[in-house]
Amino acid sequence: MHEMSLAESVLQIIEESAQAQNFQRVRTVVLEIGRLSSVEPEAMRFCFDSVMRGTLADGAELQIIETPGTGRCLTCGAEVEMHEQYGLCPSCDSPRLQITAGNLMRVKDLVVE
Amino acid sequence: MCSTCGCGSHDVLIGGKRPVRGSGSITFRKAKAAPEHEHPQEDTTTSRVIQVERDLLARNDSFADANRRLLTGRGIFALNLVSSPGSGKTTLLVKTIAALQGKLPLAVIEGDQQTENDAARIRAAGAPAIQINTGRGCHLDAQMTGQAIAQLDLADDGLLLIENVGNLVCPAAFDLGEAHKVVILSVTEGEDKPLKYPDMFRAADLMLLNKCDLLPYLEFDAELAISYAHRINPDLKVIRISAVSGEGMGAWLNWIEAGSREAVAAK
Repeated sequence: MHEMSLAESVLQIIEESAQAQNFQRVRTVVLEIGRLSSVEPEAMRFCFDSVMRGTLADGAELQIIETPGTGRCLTCGAEVEMHEQYGLCPSCDSPRLQITAGNLMRVKDLVVE
Repeated sequence: MCSTCGCGSHDVLIGGKRPVRGSGSITFRKAKAAPEHEHPQEDTTTSRVIQVERDLLARNDSFADANRRLLTGRGIFALNLVSSPGSGKTTLLVKTIAALQGKLPLAVIEGDQQTENDAARIRAAGAPAIQINTGRGCHLDAQMTGQAIAQLDLADDGLLLIENVGNLVCPAAFDLGEAHKVVILSVTEGEDKPLKYPDMFRAADLMLLNKCDLLPYLEFDAELAISYAHRINPDLKVIRISAVSGEGMGAWLNWIEAGSREAVAAK
């Protein structure tokens, strides 16, 4: 379950931010997870709680903002809504879709004290 | 869906259905009057909001970039081999090492959760190998790969084969600094694996359809499997291969040698 190591990346980002921005506690972590990224939000929630235990983000609330997936058809140029990393262009049936948004996963903001 | 930021939708399906969440009679959040859920900005005065905006893979990607710079600078052609457990990766590597002996210097990084068994097989085949045991980890990452590269006796202008942990899901997201991901699908698996695990087939540049010597004894439809893979990744190159019979080994070795020549020319 790679969500475990991604949750550890979240903790690392939090710890680096704590040093740079001088805070001791994290109340809320807001993650932005693209629909086409390789993260399953429920798995992330599960891993988040166990990774944050005993850290400055112990008990922090996790908010996940899911961003929609979009792509461009490399055959006809249409802008396409994508629900998975692959698919067929609704205009021309081409499988050559290039993802243009929704494949990122990032820590957006933190509520700290 | 939240009208402020668009968040709140989930794609989890249980029994083909989306589980009910945050509506109906059961709620897991404290009830609040106006918004559908809390936003950071709504928190009280003792707290502050910090904008972070940092990618979760950024750290891995920076290690991967460093690996790639080191490898390309020395003309080393690096391949990240990914598959399910049992696809025949290690046997294929052993045959590849034997075939390239004296032609191309090569070294191997072996990833498994536990045991040194695979590295021992590779060393017995005549190539330097280092084993990474990921413990509970389900994939290699770029940092551990960089540490392994530093400990390996790598020849300039050579080949680095990285055998990732047997897992078709997690290694897809982690760039190691390789030139290409090579996905190995064996004909003893299902034809629809590319559809079931699309991330990996999308991330790969080459698919080796392995154990093709067994096709006469199986109901596996090779054309169907390849068409599924091309549905995910239209540009995926495919080689039908058998590490046991030697079928397709020539095409695979040619592909490696051509890539290696390009890597040497580009350094």
